[in-house]
Amino acid sequence: MISGNLLWVLIGTMLLGVAAGITGTFSFLQKQSLVGDAAAHAALPGIALAFLFTGQKELPILMIGAAITSALAVYCIQWITSYSKLKADAAIGIVLAVFFGVGIVFLTIVNRSPLGNQSGLNDFIFGKAATMTKNDLMWLFLSATIIIAVSLLCYKEWKLLIFDPVYAKGIGLPIEALKAILTALIVMTIVTGIQAVGVILMSALLIIPAASAKLWSKKLTTMLIVSGAIGGLSGIAGTFISSLRTGLSTGPIIVLVAAGMFFISYLVSPQAGQISKYRRKVQFRRLGDRP
Amino acid sequence: MMEFWVVLTGILVGITCGIAGVFLILRKMSMIADAISHTVLFGIVMAYIVTHTLNGFWMLIGAACAGILTAYLVQLLQSSGIQEDAAIGVVFTSLFAVGVLLITLFAGDVHLDVEHVLMGEIAFVPWDRWTFLSLTMPKAVWMLLIVLFINVTFLILFYKEMKLSTFDPMYAATIGLPIVLLHYGFMTTVSFTTVAAFDSVGAILVVAMLIGPAATAYIISQTIKQMFIWSVSFGVASAVIGYYAAKFLNTSIAGMMAATVGVLFIAIIVFKKMMDNSKKKHLQAE
Repeated sequence: MISGNLLWVLIGTMLLGVAAGITGTFSFLQKQSLVGDAAAHAALPGIALAFLFTGQKELPILMIGAAITSALAVYCIQWITSYSKLKADAAIGIVLAVFFGVGIVFLTIVNRSPLGNQSGLNDFIFGKAATMTKNDLMWLFLSATIIIAVSLLCYKEWKLLIFDPVYAKGIGLPIEALKAILTALIVMTIVTGIQAVGVILMSALLIIPAASAKLWSKKLTTMLIVSGAIGGLSGIAGTFISSLRTGLSTGPIIVLVAAGMFFISYLVSPQAGQISKYRRKVQFRRLGDRP
Repeated sequence: MMEFWVVLTGILVGITCGIAGVFLILRKMSMIADAISHTVLFGIVMAYIVTHTLNGFWMLIGAACAGILTAYLVQLLQSSGIQEDAAIGVVFTSLFAVGVLLITLFAGDVHLDVEHVLMGEIAFVPWDRWTFLSLTMPKAVWMLLIVLFINVTFLILFYKEMKLSTFDPMYAATIGLPIVLLHYGFMTTVSFTTVAAFDSVGAILVVAMLIGPAATAYIISQTIKQMFIWSVSFGVASAVIGYYAAKFLNTSIAGMMAATVGVLFIAIIVFKKMMDNSKKKHLQAE
């Protein structure tokens, strides 16, 4: 039924989904969803550079490289918006595309170098959840657990930071440090997930569960739980479906499951769903028609 | 001759994207362009599944449909109260995932492999030729010329209207301009641009060429006309410099073009800062 390795991969993608659901919610509420997208694309040059410098494909080394360039990209976006008259959208777009381009430049150099031999770095663009080794999964478990734990530890402070930054500053919270920790965690989530679902679809895992959870609830606690659950479920279901047939890539299916859940939420959620909205409209009209 | 075609393709990409990018930046729609460049993949795959050819015409149609669909879905989610960045994120990642999945399922045997779509291979451009009116040119050049013509026509026809609906949408709506039609028309030209350029530079790097030169131009321009001129020049410069740099380093041409966009962008920001500072000093000295 379920082979040993598949079980581990299932647990891995589930943890990844939960972690992405939680950090995604925080970045969603700060209206930073697309910054995560840029950071995910920007991980690519880091991975290629780490390999070029060290000549090793050890996961921790590649992850450190990815984390450095992702964080640099986030910093660049902030720098562009504060030092030029460009708006956030243009800053995000240009950083995303340029970093990804530089990533492809280095990746091509790696692939054409004698020690490269396609070196499996290309897997980072689309992920390779199905063929992850025990060792890779170990790292995934470790960092997903750290992400979830730190999110729970900083929960109270972040809540204040998101909904009332002025008050948070007033009572002496280290605002900049908290923001930096949040950014670091988002980058860490991305770096963790890249291996499983790839650079491009990682942003989906950060955005879709959070956007779905927002439809179900307006309370942060509930939102985090729902978002984590949707992320985790997408991870499990997507991995399982893609294991049924060879040739189905895991990343896109995980994203499609999440998108399906978003669509269902969009239709049937009791407060913000389209169906209940429509029914309320009909009821309202009836009230108006009474003599 | 081969090199000539490749450089010409690059220059055309620079011009076409440079023109399309100006209003994208001004309308604060860079991320929608990013979304469209991802979803165009979905449109192209659908076109292939329906027609079973990789004919440029059907690709354009498929991509235009995907682009309009993307813009429409984002609008739909936004109007039902989902914040803009999340709406864009949900729509394009979902459609992109569908596109990638369909490629792995159906189109595995054609040259539509995903990597080619994402990164393009401008070096292969000269091999795929097409003859029309006894003129033999690479297919990519034909496509880019046609799209460039469409873009320029759209601009000449609707320049006033675009300007007004960009800077004062309220007033434009009051005097009865078809804002929605303009929006979708513009989105269609962006989709066309993406498809025409995608064969040579890939779907992701189209974004660099669409947003980069126009954003760089935005920093130093005072008027829209200035912005168009700068944007096109930066686009062409990025393409040409990127090509020769890639040749020198023996690496991906498309990637190097995007990197050049970034270098130019940073150079212009720094230059602008220095100019501003020297102006300040002058004023203080007086």
